Formats: sequence, structure tokens, C-alpha cells
Amino acid sequence: MNLSEETLRKIDEVIPRYPEKRSAALMVIHLVQEELGAVDLEASEWIAEKLDLQPINIRELITFYPMLRETPWGENHVRICRTLPCALRGSYATCKKFEEKLGVMEGHVSEDGKFSIEFMECLADCGEGPVVMVGEQTFENIVEKDAGKMADLLLKGKLDESKQFVSYEKAVDAVPSSKS
Amino acid sequence: MISKKTPKERRIILKHADNPKYSNKISCYLKAGGYEMLKKSLKGKPESIGEEVLKSGVRGRGGAGFPTGMKWKFLDRKSGKPIYLICNADESEPGTFKDRQIIHKDPHQLIEGMMISAYAIGAKQAFIYIRAEFFEGAKILEMAIAEAKEKGFCGENILGSGYSCDLVVHRGAGAYICGEETGLIESLEGKRPNPRIKPPYFPAVLGLYQCPTIVNNVETLCNVKHIMEMGGDAFSKIGKPNNTGTRIWCVSGQVKNPGYFEFECGALTLGEMIYDVCGGLLPGRSLQAVIPGGSSAKVLRADERFKGKHKDGTEFDWGIEDIPLDFDGPMSAGTMSGSGGIVVMDNTVDMVEAMANINAFYAHESCGQCTPCREGSLWMKKITTRMCSGEAREDDADLLLSVANQIEGRTICAFGEAAAWPTQSFVKKFRKDFVKKAKTQKRKKDSFQLI
Repeated sequence: MNLSEETLRKIDEVIPRYPEKRSAALMVIHLVQEELGAVDLEASEWIAEKLDLQPINIRELITFYPMLRETPWGENHVRICRTLPCALRGSYATCKKFEEKLGVMEGHVSEDGKFSIEFMECLADCGEGPVVMVGEQTFENIVEKDAGKMADLLLKGKLDESKQFVSYEKAVDAVPSSKS
Repeated sequence: MISKKTPKERRIILKHADNPKYSNKISCYLKAGGYEMLKKSLKGKPESIGEEVLKSGVRGRGGAGFPTGMKWKFLDRKSGKPIYLICNADESEPGTFKDRQIIHKDPHQLIEGMMISAYAIGAKQAFIYIRAEFFEGAKILEMAIAEAKEKGFCGENILGSGYSCDLVVHRGAGAYICGEETGLIESLEGKRPNPRIKPPYFPAVLGLYQCPTIVNNVETLCNVKHIMEMGGDAFSKIGKPNNTGTRIWCVSGQVKNPGYFEFECGALTLGEMIYDVCGGLLPGRSLQAVIPGGSSAKVLRADERFKGKHKDGTEFDWGIEDIPLDFDGPMSAGTMSGSGGIVVMDNTVDMVEAMANINAFYAHESCGQCTPCREGSLWMKKITTRMCSGEAREDDADLLLSVANQIEGRTICAFGEAAAWPTQSFVKKFRKDFVKKAKTQKRKKDSFQLI
């Protein structure tokens, strides 16, 4: 297993937080997945050993939880909310637009591994639907038209610096530090 | 002309949330008087906090509306086992986005509420179970806990009181069922989140690691801080008897200005919420249906009448717009206020497609432990999806009802009801739409695609 020092340090820091080692399973899986993009059989065995468990105890989590992966998503992973409140504001069209522009179907990864799309269940920001997540950032009110513009920025690798789309996370954190 | 008064928000929990000068840093929270209630609480007896919470009449904000003080009373304190406190921040009921605001914008309020609650129940350790989609939310909480620890508000020997309680952020991984408290506990133990059967596994007796455990919603735990600030009696005067305090309502779907709004319980009706607070429907549209408490709640049809008797014997006769927004109002109308997620649907919506959308959600999220739910939710999804693909049959409505009726009451946890109620209510109240679908095989042409 090739995990960075940083990840190994975080894993060793997270395990003793719990009264029982097994409880750390999800958090350790998250840390491994953050670095490797997915948790394959080898990684599952490594985590199991780390937590004094059987590999099946880790595999059964990976195969159950929707956000745990056996193979990685693309470098740019786009999540679009499918559930009713977002659908009522046009999320199906949003998803279709991303599929067209990025050239990959939802649930799949593009051949070059750059993009992937997931049409997933509720992202818990229903008032500002359709909600789209790119990586760890949440974007609100992304109707079909915006989806096209956003996909173009993604293709050019310029979404981060875009002033047109500011994520919920950045907006919340954007507090003048002098006043905090 | 009579000018109508627009109901005014009363922000207690979200008091600072959208103040542009307010941040999620501890310095900001302290400036606003933060952690004073923790200091005060630690000087008193733990039992007295429980008494104030009981007096306040506060009911759980996660969905079931169970009185929090009663929940705490059920705690098995004689077992000699350690006690745990868990904050349910899984926020996964479609239509709900209130806990997101608290976690991102005022995390210390939650931490203070949790530490007061932990002291009250004598918790050895506390956890925040947060949905994995809140990447930033988890980081904000981690940062806030580190800040609080540094100032001695949590961790070892809190503020020199001799009481210690560590607080740990635990991330889920995208499963709706982890919002069910026993499923959440299984997940926190590092297992698949298959809910446990009650009895005997009431968390207050046999919870995390089979130890007494209290699981409360984010908003509920924040309320504990405010109950300590104003006293249980004063808190119980906010709102209405049996419906005390404020509630954060989340409005989504087809209104002009959706969003989250904090009102005293019963301060406004569903009609005032939709037309006055949210600016009404989109131009030229009319109201067709409302789901008042997250997608599990039974749907309300716009032209229904709700008649009956209150507990005190007085009669009511409401249209959909007259339903008071509190715990008991939607209950009287045959549905529930649930987690406060109000989903509005106008006349353009194809109700069969809306049903198919909801069914797809529950089919995806069933944990698969109980056969009626695992198979039934999938069948309901398949039937409604087929109906929307040009193959609707005349007997589909009854078929759907029969499947839903065989899920309800036959599962370990309430997910079975959550999956069955939408189908039961949609088919009963919009049967015409289901019949029409079978006759014409056409979709409403102005409806957004929903499946």
C-alpha cells in the first residue's frame, strides 16, 4: 500500500478517537479514498488489518454506501441532485447538458479519466435547486443554461477562478477576516 | 383596503447565520455572548438542565417530533455503562436544508448546545454524525471543535468543572438510512447501517456499543442552549402549547422565493408561507400540491378540505392554505411537519412523474434488510417509471396501493412508512392523474422532466 505520510498520520490520529477501533472504519476509508480515489481489494485488506477486522468488514461498507468507491471517479467529478425539489426546478435538463458537454454519461467516467458525472440523491440544499457539486464545492441554481457555461469552464479548467459561479462554501467562508 | 400583515420571522437559532459581519470563528461567537450558557450550566446540577428541557416542551426537530425532555428521561442511568450523545447531522430528508445553515454559519452554537446536553445526560463522549456530502461542513466543525478545545469548552476538564467530554466529528457516506437513529448507531459502530428493532434496542437503553445513548437533531441541540438562556418556562411560551419554540422551515420547489425561514411555531399558515413569505407561485401558475414535511410526508392536494376536531374539542375546517405551520397542524391535516421541508408543486407538474421521482429515491435508499421494503420500494419505482414510459396500465393505481399497504407497518424501522406514505397519498389524492396516464400515455407537456 502506497499511502502518503500525511494520510498515514491522519489515519493514526483518527483511530484512537473512538472507544472501539471498528468505529473508525468509515473515517479511515474516507482518508484512503481521498488519496487513492477508490478503495480496491488491496486497500480494503490493508484497512481491515489496521483495524483488526476481516476484509469483508470493509468490503461490506464499500459495497453499501453510495459514496464509497471501488474504482475512482474522474479528476473532475460533477454531482447533480436528482431528487424531487431539484427536479422540480429542472435538474434533469441540467444533468443532460453536462452529459452532452463533457461527453460522458451519468454514472460513468470519461475515457481520458478527466470527467465523471453522478446524478445522485438529495444534496440537502433544496431551496436553491438545481444543485450541482464539483468536487467538494456546491453550486446553486444551476439551470440548463448555466450548466452549459459551467461545463465550458470545466473543460477549460477555469471554473475555480470564475467569478460567475461562486460556490456555497466560498460564499459562507467569504467573511472579512478583520471583522471575525 | 385592508393591508395584510406579512408574518415576521423570529430568528433564535439563525439569529446570526446570515449577518455578513458574522463568521463561523470562535472569536465571533464569543463576542456575541457565546459559551456563557455552558459556563452557567456547568455550575449547576446536570439534572436541572434536563428539567428545564422538559419544562420547555421542546420537540425533536429531526422528523418525529418526540419531546426531547422525555427522550432524555428514558436514559438508563443505572446500568453503570458509559453514556453517549450523538448529534444527527445526516440531514437527508429531501426538502430539508436547515442543518446545513447552522453547521456552516454558526457551528459553535451547535457545539455549545451539545456540550450543555452532554453535561446534562452525563455523556462520556459525544459525536456529530454528518452526511459525507457536507465536505466543508465537516471541516468547519473540526476547526470549531479544535477552537473550542483550546479555550477549554470541550475535551478534558471543561472550564475546570471536573467534567470531561470529547467531541468527535464522524462522516457518513451518502446513505439516507443513516438518518434513522439506530441505523446511524450501527454506522457509527463501523457496520452497514441496518436499523435495529425497537424493542429492545431503544438507544436510550441499548444504543452505541449497547450503551445508553441519546441521538438528537442539530436544531434540537441548538435549542438546548436557548432553553438554558431563557429558562424552560419562558421557552415554552414561544409558539403554542405542545408546539413550543421556533422552527426552521425549508421551502423548495415552485415558489418565487424559496429558502429557509425561522418562525415561532404556529405563527403562520401554509398559505402565508407560500404566498407572503415566499412571494407566491411563478407567474400564471396555480397551486396543485404541497408536501409539508420532507418527501416522506403525505402529500396535500390544493383543493382538499381538512375537517376534524382538535384535542380540546374545537372543530376545524381548513383549506390547504389555512393549515398552521407547527407540529400539530399538518398532523391534523393527515400528514406531518416532519423535518420542516415544504415542497411546493404547481399546476404544471405531472404528478405521476413526481411520484416516480420519489419512488426512485426510496428504492435507492432502502437498506435492504426487510423484504417488504427492499422489494416493495423497488416495485413501486418500477411501476411508476414504466407508467411514465408509455406503458401505464389501468390497474396500476391499485397495484401501487396494494404494494404500499404491504410495506407499511411491516418493517423494522420507519423507512417502510416513509416509502409507503407518498405512494398511498399520491394514488389516493391524484387517482385521476394515474387513470389518465393509463388512458392517454401522455405526459403533461409543461412539466419539467421528473424521471
